[in-house]
Amino acid sequence: MIPLEWYLILSSVLFCVGLYGVLARRNAIAIMMCLELMMTSITINLVAFWRYGNVANLSGQVFAVIVFAVAAAEATVGLALAISIYRNRDTVVANDLNLLKW
Amino acid sequence: MDFTTFEAAHFLAILPEIVLIAVAALVMFMDVVQKGESRRMMGYVTAIGLMAAMFIGIGFSLPMGDPKLLFGGTIRHDMLGFVFRMMFLVAGAITALITMDVKGLGKRGDFYAVLIAAVIGMNFMAIASDLIMLYLAIETTSISAYALTGFLLNSDRSAESGLKYFLFGAVTSTVMLFGFSLLYGFTGHTNLYGIAEALGAGNVPFVTLIGIAVMILVGIGFKISAFPFHFWTPDVYEGAPTPITAFVSTASKTAGFIVLIRVFIIALSTNSGVAGWLPLMMAIAAVTTTIGNLVALAQTNIKRLLAYSSIAHAGYTLMAFVAFESQPEQSVSAATFYLMTYIATNLLAFAIIIVFARAAGSDEIKDYAGMSRRSPYLAHMMLVAFLSLAGIPPLAGFLGKFFIFKVVVDAGLYWLAIVGAINALVALYYYLIVMKVVYVDPAPEGASKISITRPYQIAMVALTISVIVLGTAATPWYNWAIAGASSLF
Repeated sequence: MIPLEWYLILSSVLFCVGLYGVLARRNAIAIMMCLELMMTSITINLVAFWRYGNVANLSGQVFAVIVFAVAAAEATVGLALAISIYRNRDTVVANDLNLLKW
Repeated sequence: MDFTTFEAAHFLAILPEIVLIAVAALVMFMDVVQKGESRRMMGYVTAIGLMAAMFIGIGFSLPMGDPKLLFGGTIRHDMLGFVFRMMFLVAGAITALITMDVKGLGKRGDFYAVLIAAVIGMNFMAIASDLIMLYLAIETTSISAYALTGFLLNSDRSAESGLKYFLFGAVTSTVMLFGFSLLYGFTGHTNLYGIAEALGAGNVPFVTLIGIAVMILVGIGFKISAFPFHFWTPDVYEGAPTPITAFVSTASKTAGFIVLIRVFIIALSTNSGVAGWLPLMMAIAAVTTTIGNLVALAQTNIKRLLAYSSIAHAGYTLMAFVAFESQPEQSVSAATFYLMTYIATNLLAFAIIIVFARAAGSDEIKDYAGMSRRSPYLAHMMLVAFLSLAGIPPLAGFLGKFFIFKVVVDAGLYWLAIVGAINALVALYYYLIVMKVVYVDPAPEGASKISITRPYQIAMVALTISVIVLGTAATPWYNWAIAGASSLF
């Protein structure tokens, strides 16, 4: 069987790629795609921890299911907001969204 | 944990939330059938429904005896959670009232329904004692709040602040979730008490735990807008519809604090030998208060001013937690009481801003000139709200700050108390500047009287009374906070 560490390395790498993308990209849609990468890494984490831990306790699996259900809901609201901005302003690039500045 | 036996008592414990679902359905139904001016009634229905849920909660769901873990350990039915739930219900009801005459929102049934959904999420944040439930509740609140912030689709500012709120919130909550997944992995539990037990055994390395604590702090720090996760606050507060600013800055922030209490004080507590986050929290509390107050000095927009002031208030509340190690109960009860006073005061301030913006069409501080002549009552209530925010006796804000500083001093953290006291002086300065504009500066030529409609009168009078009562006859409320704090341990 593949050791647990490999899964954790995979999920950490995915998480860091996602986090880098979130911080470096300027397009709201690209940021949301990177967010999905981070969510995926968490799901991998949870399922791997469940499989290598106490298999009889299903809370890891339940957690994973809840995580991707919530991720879907979150993406829906985020895309709706992005569309409403695009209709008014013809852009979803974070740098152009500068009506509010301190 | 036995998942198969749900007794009636379990459902009785979450009766207010069940009622809220029915109220949300009713409002959605009214949205379809009501026509014309009477659509405004949905605001009253929401407010009355939320208050009804509160009284039903007091009647049927009051936790008796020892705190119990219900629904397979996912929720903890205790006094602390109950007190916070009542606070959210009141905040939601007031928010519904002060929405009623806002253009583009007051006659939207879906707005009220999403508002109720956010309140349900917060209620579950207050009682969740399981990582899964906690995450679900946090996201129910957050996703509703993103939608509410961007609700005015035709307003560029509202949509932009909604997107910013969403991006910032989604990233921080994902980082927090990664921390949750590691916590589950290292302890094998999702229940907070199970985690505390597993950590108490001391099998998890200290460095790992601090890493996890920092990740979770990212998500919670965003919710309570603590430094360095406060950058979204002024933008979102300025761009969002003002009732939602009021709601996010009071209820949502308070919900963040109850999660902080549950996760850090129960799961990552000193009992399990991992209070390494305390120095970190100390630094965050001091810096958050200072940054909030200093940047507030330079603001010209009243909503941004209150945004920075709310950052500072989050810092004060965090100060109470810093004293947690030496006196856990006092620190939790001081924080709870402070949040009560803060909710009442800040909602009052935002209600006044909404009424003024409707009459004058502006949120700039300079336009508040001569408001005391245009509407003396509004000006007096604003004086009450701002002096309470500044912490002047005999108003609520003073007692709140008093209890916090007392806990901090009792814990021997004199430097932190001094930082807090200096900050209170700075804050007094910028609150009084606004009051000077309101009372001393002359009104612009031809400025009309400001009319206050019925729902706003109800909301503002109720809030003014509660600000004064919380400051003068605080005993019953503070006893609630103490009962809550003692039920936690």
